[in-house]
Amino acid sequence: TPDPLITEVQEWAQGLGEGVDATPYGMPIRFETDVVRRNVPWLTADPISSINFTPIHALDGTITPQGCAFERHHSGAIELSKDDYRLMINGLVDRPLVFTYADLERFPREQHVYFCECAANTGMEWAGAQLNGAQFTHGMIHNMEYTGVPLRTLLNEAGIQTEGKWVYVEGADASSNGRSIPMDKALDDVLVAFKANGEALRKEHGYPVRLVVPGWEGNMWVKWLRRIEVTTQAVESREETSKYTDTLADGTSRKWTWVMDAKSVVTSPSPQSPITHGPGPLVITGLAWSGHGKIKRVDVSTDGGKTWQQARLASEAGDKALSRFYLDINWDGSEMLLQSRAMDETGYVQPTKAQLREVRGLNSVYHNNCIQTWHVKSNGEAENVEVS
Amino acid sequence: DRLIPEHAESYDRMAADSDPDFALIARAQAAAAYADAPFGLGRPALEEEIAAWDLDVSPDGTGLPVGSGDVFTGEEVFIENCAVCHGDFAEGRGNWPKLAGGDGSLADEDPLKTVGSYWPHLSTAWDYVNRSMPFGNAQSLTPDEVYGIVAYILYSNYLVEDDFVLSNENFTEIVLPNADGFIIDDREESEYAIWRAEPCMENCKDTVEITKRATVLDVTPDEEVTEEALAATEEEPVQVAAADPAPAEEAPAATPAMAIDQALADKGEKVFKKCKACHKVGDGAKNGSGPQLNGIVGRSVASADGFKYSGAMVDYGGEWTPERLAAFIAKPKAEIKGTKMSFAGLKKEDDVAAVIEYLKTFGQ
Repeated sequence: TPDPLITEVQEWAQGLGEGVDATPYGMPIRFETDVVRRNVPWLTADPISSINFTPIHALDGTITPQGCAFERHHSGAIELSKDDYRLMINGLVDRPLVFTYADLERFPREQHVYFCECAANTGMEWAGAQLNGAQFTHGMIHNMEYTGVPLRTLLNEAGIQTEGKWVYVEGADASSNGRSIPMDKALDDVLVAFKANGEALRKEHGYPVRLVVPGWEGNMWVKWLRRIEVTTQAVESREETSKYTDTLADGTSRKWTWVMDAKSVVTSPSPQSPITHGPGPLVITGLAWSGHGKIKRVDVSTDGGKTWQQARLASEAGDKALSRFYLDINWDGSEMLLQSRAMDETGYVQPTKAQLREVRGLNSVYHNNCIQTWHVKSNGEAENVEVS
Repeated sequence: DRLIPEHAESYDRMAADSDPDFALIARAQAAAAYADAPFGLGRPALEEEIAAWDLDVSPDGTGLPVGSGDVFTGEEVFIENCAVCHGDFAEGRGNWPKLAGGDGSLADEDPLKTVGSYWPHLSTAWDYVNRSMPFGNAQSLTPDEVYGIVAYILYSNYLVEDDFVLSNENFTEIVLPNADGFIIDDREESEYAIWRAEPCMENCKDTVEITKRATVLDVTPDEEVTEEALAATEEEPVQVAAADPAPAEEAPAATPAMAIDQALADKGEKVFKKCKACHKVGDGAKNGSGPQLNGIVGRSVASADGFKYSGAMVDYGGEWTPERLAAFIAKPKAEIKGTKMSFAGLKKEDDVAAVIEYLKTFGQ
């Protein structure tokens, strides 16, 4: 039968749409209202000190729109205006300085695309398959194009003294969330950023200024950055001792586990993005990243890791940025145990959960970069599972 | 660079203000140092400014201010400011962190990580309490109060006796049980060396079994909320009629009889940030550490469904008139002796009035 959407004149083809002034700064069209950040209420005591998750199952490409990029606050997302913004550099420097926002805009700028992943991403999956959806298992990640001033430029403006081996960075919010960063990294690729994806940082991402620490755990990307102190030693603050440390089987814990290792996940099909079209052509897609550099290759398995085939990277891989991969198959409608496996330019291959547990034991939380399995049923629905 | 003289001058003024003897040496040194700045942007950070922000404390005690606090005083301050989330004995409430216990549990299944069982440095506890606590009222404690709280946390972990006094002088003598429990990241040797290998592509394993399923646990949040949101947006007219201010101006008639001073309420919204950690308002507000406050102005005392009030609050009884609320918010423990609300009170009358105005904007 002829499709009335084609044979009958539709209202949108006859009447008029909105004028150009209807939404001076637009939101997604209302049909996309399910593409939103989501929270897991039982994870934390209160949404003010909590985390939510990027809807990675519903996005494509690599750039995460700010409006749905995961948020993590320790004392809530504060409102700090550009006029009220001050950035101090003190400690072991020749010239302790205070910058205004306008000062920062006068330094030479750089632009880079980097992923930001919370160290706890996939942490709830350590003990077993737990949350049913790529958003919840892998959504503590976003990837944006940042504009800002290299931290190195600001440190040079202040003049680092030779005893200065670390920088301690802190935010202007009540949590202050300070972290210590070794000087080598501070002088390498750390960025004091004020724009993301071309627009000002959103409130929840640290407006007006945040730190970008490429490839390293998201907790170090201090938002509402207000102070940089050059020190001889790590401060060993709460966020680098009681949290963001990794306890091994014998009860000792690793500290300073800053780098996010190579990782990938199939974003579709997945539990929140089932196959609705039946057998035939199927696009399998996902994301891969590494804090050590560029993604070199992604392999996909449809049989739980017995056999693998190489997926196609959508574009040339960026340094410490998300890569999008595709595998185009002709699905015969049979069940799949769908996995992806990333390899980075250092030759590191994403491990299985069993491999991680063998080294770290069962009580780890952070830095779970294991291979993820989706059980795709013949009706197209998918479930988060763990396989032998 | 023409900016440099300004730098030197302001640095000089600062130095002279704080210590006249320092001025002469500082003038020469600062001028030389600031003259070397590559861009000459920003301005010198003044000593008072650095002192106000540079609060962090390191494991060797660097950054600790002079002061002291004993376990008993610390307990009082703790119960007043911290117990609402962390429990009277630092044992934790609800999902909030436990600060005591867990001794020797780190190698167990589900280790209990507390200041006593896990934290390597006492400086971390002092620093965090001083800069970031209490939740929703950070940087409100004096150094002596922080020393007292930290002494009480040590006592709660059976690490000191009840007559213990913690001060900047004996601080670094305290060694926490897990001080040697940390190693620096060794993934390079223990993991990368193994996993940087050519991956298997075929016949990688004989059989594959599903060993765990997420649906068995069933802890994934449902997504129905957003479907409701979609339904709500669909009811909105797509075409907005040409601006007609009349309906908007009539709207206030629909609000409750209480007249609201919006400017004051806006100010109150900011003040309410001090209350937000425990009290929720607005659509779907639930009880937290404190009861939800929708319709609190005019509401019966101790009437939030499902909230466990103190006996003192129940005995207080009656209705929350603006006057009674004002008295309670200003000095909670004076107005209702025995209230569970561990909040010191709003000192400024203006803030009290503003927050009440803000609360008025939330009906039942």
